[in-house]
Amino acid sequence: MSNTKKVTLNIFRFNSETDYLPHYQKVELEVSQEEVVLDLLNRIKWDIDGSFSYRRSCRHGICGSCAVKVNNKTVLACKERVFDLIDIFGTDWTIDPSSKSRAIKDLVVDKKDFWEKYNAVTPYLVADIDEHPECENIILPETAEKLEEADYCIQCGCCYYACPVIEVNEDYFGPAAFVKAYRFNADVRDNAKIDRLKTVDPIGPGVWDCVKCFECSEACPKDIDPQSKITKLHNQLFEEGVAENNVASRHAVGFKKSIEKHGILDEGMLVAYSEGCAVVKHIPEALEMFKKGKIVMPWNMPKSKNMDEIKKLVKISSTAKF
Amino acid sequence: MENLKYALYTGCTARESTPELLKSTLAVAKKLGIELVLLDEASCCGASHLQDFDDFLSLVLNARNICYAEKLGLPMVTICNTCQLNTAMTKKRLDENPELKAKVNEKLAEVGLEYKGTSEVRHFLYALIDDYGLENISSKVEKPLSSLNIAAFYGCHNIRPSELHDGSNLNENPYKPTSLDRLIEALEGNSVDYEHKNKCCGFHVDLQAPRTANLLSGHALLDAMDNNADVMVTPCPLCHLNLDVKQKSISKTVGRDINLPVIHLPQMIGLALGISPSDLGLQHHVTEVATS
Ligand code: SF4
Ligand code: SF4
Ligand code: FES
Repeated sequence: MSNTKKVTLNIFRFNSETDYLPHYQKVELEVSQEEVVLDLLNRIKWDIDGSFSYRRSCRHGICGSCAVKVNNKTVLACKERVFDLIDIFGTDWTIDPSSKSRAIKDLVVDKKDFWEKYNAVTPYLVADIDEHPECENIILPETAEKLEEADYCIQCGCCYYACPVIEVNEDYFGPAAFVKAYRFNADVRDNAKIDRLKTVDPIGPGVWDCVKCFECSEACPKDIDPQSKITKLHNQLFEEGVAENNVASRHAVGFKKSIEKHGILDEGMLVAYSEGCAVVKHIPEALEMFKKGKIVMPWNMPKSKNMDEIKKLVKISSTAKF
Repeated sequence: MENLKYALYTGCTARESTPELLKSTLAVAKKLGIELVLLDEASCCGASHLQDFDDFLSLVLNARNICYAEKLGLPMVTICNTCQLNTAMTKKRLDENPELKAKVNEKLAEVGLEYKGTSEVRHFLYALIDDYGLENISSKVEKPLSSLNIAAFYGCHNIRPSELHDGSNLNENPYKPTSLDRLIEALEGNSVDYEHKNKCCGFHVDLQAPRTANLLSGHALLDAMDNNADVMVTPCPLCHLNLDVKQKSISKTVGRDINLPVIHLPQMIGLALGISPSDLGLQHHVTEVATS
């Protein structure tokens, strides 16, 4: 079996100082099994076109600077093996910056918005520290485990630039900032949990705008699973009584109410409960649905069998309050 | 082929706002000779929202649902991506964490149930491809879909996080999913290649961020239309609700007219198997589906 393969790369080229539009440069390379994407970028710069620009530093998946997209999959160039990509996509690839709209030069992007949002969640430990401690501040392994690897984040932005909400809602903090908020909220030494929760609660920038697409968890090269940290922040909002009474929080709470009553959801009531008076804005769509037999009338509302069991389980298992 | 039999977890939507999904699933299973036992005892999976409010309660309720499939000694199939995600996630968490499983079983014992972890949980799409087989489905085609350009819309929760679905979705690669496209080809339809097939429809923020939801659904619909799709197909009723019911509102948000029929997975299969459009519930769609 040959241990080299030929790949065709379409490389994004753009110089924000001289170009109005980007273009793609086609490069064919013979690649070997040991190579990672960064090796290819280096070969292009060193052997083909010295003006080609991209970021890299550590070459060990630690500095987070080499994030790019290959056929829309966000990767760390220094970690992503070319043969793994061939397994997924075959040998025709388009290499883009992690965000085309933020490109400055070729694969180099302006991460200003990423860092601004990161900074907004107080991404550091807030605690009164004795300046002259007499002994070490020991954290037990089980306490450290509560961070759930969130402290391994290298701020590469892979999750952030994979997130579809970032592209349509410029206020949205995005997964990396939420991972950081969770990381310090889960730290027993920290004192700023409530403030961080107040920062991530508002609709628009906050956790309620996550569409739960799991693009971030799929993209993260450090296996941090940002989406699960977002769920944890939701849980903390309720646990700490910070969640505002709004359409999004009521929507989450409405599930419990509906399950308690019917086992399955009463979809109409769930929307009415979540929206309050604003439910009227849904009337046109509800009418369309009604005409097509897509709305169940209250008197026909189906129920799960064995409702007694469900009611009892809700009563004895439920811990959350609103 | 041995007789296939599954416990069907319908989820809430197929019992309410997408009745055509349940109807067409049952019709297709009957035609293929697959036996489905409805889990009428099951409750809502929490749709990832109950999980935000009360994680432990959602674990107990999802474990209870799986208990009923276990009692029947059958694998569970789901017909909604989000039900699949929440049920499979519960299963994984309990199977990997004996302490958590014990806590959940402590509650379930109060109603005489025990979660053991013996039933597999899989979406109907993957059960069909894996157990029934594309070749067998293909051999049953009575009305090939050859005149149709069909855009597969995968929906997030069947393909991501891939680690969770490992094995239950034929190891579908979330960056290049192929199952629906292969199924379309097996039914002799033309599968449309378009960038947004594995993207999010935005359903879960419909209430609090309708513009976001409309833009995400709109991008997918426009991308499919621009690549000459005649129809879109999805294995998820929640994606379906956004993509079918909200086309007028999406059109306003994106500033372009959208009119693309969006059908459920079993409806597509049923059409190819020669089941009548009304038995597949095509009359229930808000965006009309031409059936002649
Ligand atoms: S799950 Fe939420 S945060 Fe993660 S990519 Fe999707 S929308 Fe963004
Ligand atoms: S959470 Fe993962 S993907 Fe996101 S910035 Fe941190 S390391 Fe990168
Ligand atoms: S060069 Fe540092 S993470 Fe790739």
